[in-house]
Amino acid sequence: MTPSTGSGTGWVEAVFLLLSLVALGSALLVVTASNMVHAALWLVVTLGSVAGIYLVLAAEFVAWVQVLIYVGAVVVLLLFALMLTRAPTGRQDDLDARRALPAAAVAVLVAALLGATVVAGFHDVRIDLDDAVVGSAETTGTTVFTMWVLPFEVLSVLLLAALVGAIVLSRLRTDGET
Amino acid sequence: MPLWWPLLVASLLFAIGVYGVLVRRNAVLVLMGVELMLNAVNINFVAFDAQLRDVLHGGQTFALFIIVIAAAEIGLALAIVLLVFRTHGHIEVDDLRELADRDVGDLDKLDHPGERLDHPGRVS
Repeated sequence: MTPSTGSGTGWVEAVFLLLSLVALGSALLVVTASNMVHAALWLVVTLGSVAGIYLVLAAEFVAWVQVLIYVGAVVVLLLFALMLTRAPTGRQDDLDARRALPAAAVAVLVAALLGATVVAGFHDVRIDLDDAVVGSAETTGTTVFTMWVLPFEVLSVLLLAALVGAIVLSRLRTDGET
Repeated sequence: MPLWWPLLVASLLFAIGVYGVLVRRNAVLVLMGVELMLNAVNINFVAFDAQLRDVLHGGQTFALFIIVIAAAEIGLALAIVLLVFRTHGHIEVDDLRELADRDVGDLDKLDHPGERLDHPGRVS
């Protein structure tokens, strides 16, 4: 860890490292937990720490959207799915397929490749967070509704299509009639 | 802080998500791995936004859009998962082999995929 030269940025880096450790540890627990409900709850910890990382990186609005959508809605949806598929709430030993070793090898390869690439490519670039423009609701709203209006509208149509698709899928009958 | 710190964290988070997608048998747990991968990508966008001092905040906007796409994806995916559970009685992705390549002689079994409940599904 290189000591920062900016005034009062040491704690920012400390907070970032702490949040990263929490995010990575809980993410490991998400993919290894032998209890499905515990995996969903560890996902809450991971997504919350990622929201904290967004806050450290001056993306305030993204952080709150992350808390609202991911921690609030997506995890609740996942828990609903676990309940509706009558997932056992206890410990299960057969949640993982018998390919843990090749899967871990692939994951380590992905981590080594991506990590080596980003470290080799950006090892001398620094983020200056001292006087960064915080992506508050006002800033983000201004940019979204001035520069990114067309993608925003396309995205809203996509969301509508996904909603209609989900309703159609859940109304399908298995005996032929729709 | 060095730019590669958040990028390395994102890479590791992505790799953990890859492991989860590859190793899990339950479809909902596979979806959790996908969510981890999407979050890793978002960390990249936000980090580059902070490093480049983008006046248009393209990185943060793109992160927001990815969050919306992830919400749409999880809604559709859970509808599909519930449909699979209703027709098969389980959501073990290893046992869902209706679309696999198979011999011609087995094709007549596929006329009523909803009746194929002969899998060793765990409905408990």
